[in-house]
Amino acid sequence: MLTCKQFLSELTDYLDEKTSTELREKLQRHITECPNCWVVCDTTKKTIQVYKGMQSCSIPEDVHARLMAAVERKIADCGKPK
Amino acid sequence: MPAEATPVAPADAPSDELDLVSRARAGDGAAFSLLIDRYEGRIFRLAMNITQNREDAEDVLQEAFLKAYEHLDQFQGNSKFYTWIVRIAVNQALMKLRKRKSDRTISLDEQIDTGEDMVVREVAAWDPDPEERYSREEMNGILTEAIDGLLPIYRTVFTLRDVDGLSTEETAEALDLSVPAVKSRLLRARLQLRDKLTRFFKRKGDDAFAYM
Ligand SMILES: [Zn+2]
Repeated sequence: MLTCKQFLSELTDYLDEKTSTELREKLQRHITECPNCWVVCDTTKKTIQVYKGMQSCSIPEDVHARLMAAVERKIADCGKPK
Repeated sequence: MPAEATPVAPADAPSDELDLVSRARAGDGAAFSLLIDRYEGRIFRLAMNITQNREDAEDVLQEAFLKAYEHLDQFQGNSKFYTWIVRIAVNQALMKLRKRKSDRTISLDEQIDTGEDMVVREVAAWDPDPEERYSREEMNGILTEAIDGLLPIYRTVFTLRDVDGLSTEETAEALDLSVPAVKSRLLRARLQLRDKLTRFFKRKGDDAFAYM
């Protein structure tokens, strides 16, 4: 069986589904037998999920307006990029 | 005249991207505006996450697009425009941080340990749906505070990889880091965030339950 340390070092690839099938099976076996690592794995997965779902990438209207104004000034100043 | 090799855009880059860039390079402001519309939100969010300051983030956003416009001729076309501009934005954002904390060098290459001492402190199970305990606003506050508690290197890698959805390889390219370096930073970042969030999301009544 893998040690907990080995499991942890593969956790990122495991969560990203980047491991080989063989390693994946070993990791899966480890978490069925090690409640500690199961919790770490489950909560790390949820950590990624909550961030994926939450932070929107809409830009405030005033920030957008000032950006466009700055770019227009730039284009007027120097015309074509180099 | 020898034929110039036409750059081939990465398979998952929007198909009109090279076209927009070459039009912008020829002085077409409308084409550049389209590129801005496409990426400004993600760049702003990234800048917010790295600088943790709205004013700085806005500066970074403007500087990134202005620099991109100035140096459009350096865009090779064999990576995505977004990966290219992210690199500019990250450099600007780190410069802001350095200016603010002038006594400390902040770099993505900051020596970090390789995981030997990687300790998971809190091993408490979470609610199946931890986010349902909080309002959207509260959740945003909790998540932002947790990210802000990370070192800049970890914040940056986590935001690009897990919030913005870049691949490990793209993150490495954008930050000029090796793939293993991105992976080790990502693992650190994920585990540290997990530790920080456990306080809010752990299953009620689990405090006395020891796994070890
Ligand atoms: Zn274990």
